[in-house]
Amino acid sequence: MELYRLTAHQIHQLLTEKQVSSVEVTEAALNRIEQVEDRVQAFLTLTKEQALAQAKAVDEKIARGEQIAPLEGVPAAIKDNMCTKGVLTTCASKILPNFVPPYDATVVSKLNRQGVVMLGKLNMDEFAMGSSTENSSVQLTRNPWNLDTVPGGSSGGSVASVAADEAFFTLGSDTGGSIRQPAAFCGVVGLKPTYGLISRYGLIAYASSLDQIGPVTKDVADCALVLNAIAGHDPLDSTSANQGVPDYTSSLVNHVKGLKIGVPKEYFGEGLDSEVAEAMKAAIAKYEELGAIVEEISLPSTEYALPAYYIIAPAEASSNLARFDGVGYGYRNTEAEDIVSMYSKTRSEGFGPEVKRRIMLGTYALSSGYYDAYYLKALKVRTLIKQEIEQALATYDLLLTPTAPTPAFEIGAKTDDPLTMYLSDICTIPVNLAGLPAISIPCGFSKGLPVGLQLIGKAFGENTILRAAYTFEQNTDFHLQKAALTRG
Amino acid sequence: MRDYQITIGLEVHVELKTNSKIFCGCSTAFGSRQNTNVCPVCLGMPGVLPVLNKKVVEYALKAGLALNCEIAAFSKFDRKNYYYPDLPKNFQTSQYDLPIAKDGFLEILVDGQVKRIGITRIHMEEDAGKLVHQGDDIAASYSSYVDLNRTGVPLIEIVSEPDLSSGEDVKAYLEKLKAILQYTEISDCKMEEGSLRCDVNLSLKEKGAAQLGTRAEIKNMNSFKAVQRAIEHEIERQSDILAGGGQVIQETRSWDENRGITVSMRSKEEAHDYRYFPEPDLAPMVIDNEWVERVRKTLPEMPDARKKRLVEEHGLPAYDAGVITSSKALSDYFDAVLVKYQDAKTTSNWVMGELLRLLNANAMEVEEVKVKPEQLAGLLILLEKGTVSGKIAKTVFEEMFATGAGADQIVKEKGLVQISDEGAIAAIVQQVIDANPQSVADFISGKEQAVGFLVGQVMKETKGKANPGVVNKLLKEKLDSID
Repeated sequence: MELYRLTAHQIHQLLTEKQVSSVEVTEAALNRIEQVEDRVQAFLTLTKEQALAQAKAVDEKIARGEQIAPLEGVPAAIKDNMCTKGVLTTCASKILPNFVPPYDATVVSKLNRQGVVMLGKLNMDEFAMGSSTENSSVQLTRNPWNLDTVPGGSSGGSVASVAADEAFFTLGSDTGGSIRQPAAFCGVVGLKPTYGLISRYGLIAYASSLDQIGPVTKDVADCALVLNAIAGHDPLDSTSANQGVPDYTSSLVNHVKGLKIGVPKEYFGEGLDSEVAEAMKAAIAKYEELGAIVEEISLPSTEYALPAYYIIAPAEASSNLARFDGVGYGYRNTEAEDIVSMYSKTRSEGFGPEVKRRIMLGTYALSSGYYDAYYLKALKVRTLIKQEIEQALATYDLLLTPTAPTPAFEIGAKTDDPLTMYLSDICTIPVNLAGLPAISIPCGFSKGLPVGLQLIGKAFGENTILRAAYTFEQNTDFHLQKAALTRG
Repeated sequence: MRDYQITIGLEVHVELKTNSKIFCGCSTAFGSRQNTNVCPVCLGMPGVLPVLNKKVVEYALKAGLALNCEIAAFSKFDRKNYYYPDLPKNFQTSQYDLPIAKDGFLEILVDGQVKRIGITRIHMEEDAGKLVHQGDDIAASYSSYVDLNRTGVPLIEIVSEPDLSSGEDVKAYLEKLKAILQYTEISDCKMEEGSLRCDVNLSLKEKGAAQLGTRAEIKNMNSFKAVQRAIEHEIERQSDILAGGGQVIQETRSWDENRGITVSMRSKEEAHDYRYFPEPDLAPMVIDNEWVERVRKTLPEMPDARKKRLVEEHGLPAYDAGVITSSKALSDYFDAVLVKYQDAKTTSNWVMGELLRLLNANAMEVEEVKVKPEQLAGLLILLEKGTVSGKIAKTVFEEMFATGAGADQIVKEKGLVQISDEGAIAAIVQQVIDANPQSVADFISGKEQAVGFLVGQVMKETKGKANPGVVNKLLKEKLDSID
């Protein structure tokens, strides 16, 4: 089999057995990118030389007979909203065309320290706002399963590059489903960890109280390895949890007997694709067959999650994105005659329509006279949703839902209708509001496109999620099927 | 001018003198080269996050306790959103509805009356940077530069109740507040360096009217004197409007130091909507009682308590005690002198007289003085023993002030020891009497003041070293014997 088809843990094995070198693996990845990138369009920046230099250093280490870390020498890539020292970081926005951070995001320095080979930076919806990566101001990333469909978003590049075997794993960020929904669309594994498990330092904020970085991988074992590499307390992030982290690979056990899984019926309502529904039924049957106890439950507040999210996230975004003003860095309109018009021209020209829409929504929701009716109320709804899910998780070990109500849709199908676009995150958003961890794993197909299964766990309960996901994977072969990189 | 009742409330911003900024590790040093005390966090670069400096909370707690406030058990930061080039994130991390301290007070003394001024709240926030405009003023500037050294320097804002009713009240309040904050050692409170800034809210109403009048907020005063002048001007401006049957507009006005007037900055309609919301990048603070008590124990004796002690235990007049305790440094100096030399009144005369005079003349702070308290005590002991005369002591002190040398050394080196030996002085007295028959004759004819001249002559002969008491006594004796 071609090297690029392998998983990170398989590459690790080959490296330690000295069957391949990291340079060979890296070249395989770079060649693969060269072959397919014109169709996938996942990368915004390639760091070829850096990658080869890192790979060479790992090979020297292996030659010296030293032990290597599980991801050492494995080529990976990063969503372009995480700061990389000396490497362009754009958020796929015209307002940040030339920002070269003088520092690394904590996750980036963690991966660097563990010898991960960095291939480059990945496309996304501008500032992580979107569900199809069509809001990138740079390029259109395509779904490797059908190049006429979207990869999902906002971490479209992170997910498409893994599905197309360009990178062995990537990092994405998830504010309302931005890792899980595209992972479902592209048939890969995507985890949104518990809020606070991964440092956000260096992640260019969209909505600070919801954003979380997570792994995108080819299988669950790799997910555990990447999580091991990036989890843990960071003194630079005051919202990162000050507690130890377990070894997540210890959950890679094929065993779910007695595990209690709740299936909230509200996630199976109007708008659910029939083949997605079938895939869910089959997944439930599989878990039951493996000895899990699966029961239907109700989470009646679910319908309020989307509106609450579209108040809270834009409110925070309106403030987080205020710094892009043309003063210190990034794009500036140089024709403006005074400071106010410089601000307004810079921002009008620099931001795309969806970003502007959310800034306006958020500004409005926080305005004097509207704060109580919108923002404060949304916070209360958020608390209710959190309590409701946590209560369910007091009885059940996990909740099972579809990751998205439909498989990937055609490029351009929803760009004129933001509300329809927003609905594609309806199953993932409540998890962010509750700050809980959730994974999306491949569980079937609809019209030839992958379908994702979402497992939601307790706060810091990633181990249970990984065990259930691993068990499903061991007993199915959806994750082994590969995208054809063709149209229609 | 009609008789209006004046209502004033103050918002005072105080820079805390922590070594590092509120949300990053950058230095807070004043006067560094532009944009050198900066890092990605205080530059507000994409992706950075704040980490709260615990010292800032501790200092804010100190201020709260020193101003008799109630400390919040649960407090949080909020974002105050507005655009300005000196604010790199375009929001200021501040505190909105749950400030760290509230409902305190301080007491001022005006016209012999003690007045209690309420403190509404104290909250923590980050300072903004500084704009440097090229050109005569902001309106005429052709370019502006941004210096972000000050961005993220910790501030507390102290909001008073509208309990002040005159310029004198405000002066007393600011002086007292400054003294208290300096005592707690959380700020230098230097208005010229911007480490203490003050906004004034002022309104007038007819005497006895139930409702407060419309207020104006005045900003941009950079000395206590400017605050006084701005208040005086604003009272006049508002009373002119009211007396003419007009209405004061609610607005923000800026003090123009050169023209000595306030000018309109923005009206109520133009006021910012700051869109405050909880800072999602910082966890709320839980301040337990144990922490509060630990901080309380670190508070020094406050000015009022110290003043009381100086009056009651050392018998100082209230005026002296007030002057000395107005500054912690001066008060500490005074206490240190008293360790070696116990006459409090003489000490206070010297501290308030010679020491403050020379400090003022040299534009120096007490902290900078070369004369150590024990050296001043040494001088006062020499004076008490009669080793030097009062006049010589002042000369010696000037030398000490200039060089930092001890009194003993100066007295010895310059041969300034007082002559108290009656035999030696008697000879000189005789010499002076012999040389000035006219003055002697004047004295005998009843002109008592002639003695003064003769004493002066004796002092001149001895280069001021003769003990004036002995000279007086001997002269009187000699002259009486002539009689």
